[in-house]
Amino acid sequence: MTSAVSVRGLRYAFGDTVAVDGIDLDVEPGEIFGLLGPNGAGKTTTIRSITTLLPVPRDTVSVFGLDVRRRRIAVRRLIGYVPQMLSADGALTGRENVSLFARLYDVPRRERATRVDEAIAAMGLTEAAGRVARTYSGGMIRRLELAQALVSSPRLLVLDEPTIGLDPVARAGVWERIAQVRRETGMTVLVTTHYMDEAEHSCDRVALMHRGRVRAVGSPAELIASLDAAGPASLDEVFKVYAGDDWDEETKGLRNVRQT
Amino acid sequence: MSARLDALPLGSVDGWGASLRALPGRVGTMCLVELQKIRRDRTELLFRAVQPVLWLLVFGVTFTKIKAIPTGGVPYLDYLTPGVIAQSALFVSIFYGIQIIWDRDAGILAKLMVTPTPRAALVTGKAFAAGMRALSQVVVVLVLSALLGVSLTTNPLRLLGVVAAVLLGSAFFCCLSIIIAGLVLSRDRMLGIGQAIMMPLFFASNALYPVAIMPGWLQAINHANPLSYQVEALRGLLIGSPARLWLDYAVLLGAAVAAIAVASALLTRLAK
Repeated sequence: MTSAVSVRGLRYAFGDTVAVDGIDLDVEPGEIFGLLGPNGAGKTTTIRSITTLLPVPRDTVSVFGLDVRRRRIAVRRLIGYVPQMLSADGALTGRENVSLFARLYDVPRRERATRVDEAIAAMGLTEAAGRVARTYSGGMIRRLELAQALVSSPRLLVLDEPTIGLDPVARAGVWERIAQVRRETGMTVLVTTHYMDEAEHSCDRVALMHRGRVRAVGSPAELIASLDAAGPASLDEVFKVYAGDDWDEETKGLRNVRQT
Repeated sequence: MSARLDALPLGSVDGWGASLRALPGRVGTMCLVELQKIRRDRTELLFRAVQPVLWLLVFGVTFTKIKAIPTGGVPYLDYLTPGVIAQSALFVSIFYGIQIIWDRDAGILAKLMVTPTPRAALVTGKAFAAGMRALSQVVVVLVLSALLGVSLTTNPLRLLGVVAAVLLGSAFFCCLSIIIAGLVLSRDRMLGIGQAIMMPLFFASNALYPVAIMPGWLQAINHANPLSYQVEALRGLLIGSPARLWLDYAVLLGAAVAAIAVASALLTRLAK
């Protein structure tokens, strides 16, 4: 079976800074795959390579068997993408925001209104759809962006830190919607996060990234079991093992490798 | 969400041919979005009208009285009106580079660039948006100048020509601004450069005074300045001054197409 995403020996540098240092990844169709790591680990660069935003060499990254360098437009048709920043257009209403993406992805005219309404309803935004997005809360904007990404029925949903900057209730709400979409459509979801607890609960498999490299891949349970810890362990502790000196005992978290 | 995953054929058509066919629809979509935004932006449109109104009411009326600028018998206010139209279109368009950097910083640009939309369509959409906003200024200027007694054409064909000249000029200056944005990559620098090139472009044109009274070096710059061709066309259409309309439109169209091409190529650099 063709991988949803296949990455082979991807390396990407911004000037002298190596952001991704030779990684291999395979995301299976239908799974929620988490790319975990602190800021600066190379997660966003990996995501941007997969979503055709960065010029990667041929035969390093493919999406459902299509090379992202050679078949750029075809790859884009398969992807729904939600970037890290809250990026809905505040000057447009919720419905206009989603409708724009329906048009850009060539959703047929006769289906468009229905599909837009469906996507908005699936994200629980029907009542707010007529309001301009700048009046939305952070959690609502995130859900609106999910609706934008989903209106084209992508095969691969790519989410870059979808819960960053949201309050706990909104974070839970976003994960709930992601799980629901996967349940109902079987869509593949590739998500980056630096919240280990969220990944532990919501991802089928995760890759731990640190300093541009993938340090471990597996299901959260497998990775935790591999620790061989005496008491109950968590993904946090797994990461601590792989991060070594970059683990900050004071904050019980990883030091940011790069300030972003 | 119903399961429609299999509706999309894997590896559907891509390449240059498909991109070209998708272009008009995508440009239309981007224009529609801009119209939706403009509709809610009435106060901004009002504020933007302040400058052209000042040029007409203060500068225009004063210089008409003192008759300091040789316009070949045309009242100065009549002579100035097409210049003010071009100027307001320029001022609206030249700040689109800042907007695109803003879109980049907000993640909007990346999100658009991951859609199967040709870069040229995104840029052309912005260019048309600049033109739409500029046209709203044109309406203000035309109404005001008519109230001030400027005798303007009412020929619909000529007015259509005015619309075309404004759209093409705005497209060029908007893309010039995006090109600069693609080179400097930062909002602050872009703001400075926008200010720094706006007035020279305006003064090194025939918007305020005839080319004949300019010193030689300024005339040379004027010949390379698309704004002058725009003003010449607008003046020819609106008040019937002598104009080389074919040349004017050819220059405006060529400049707009070239600027769209270069700006599209630089968009990838902006999104990195």
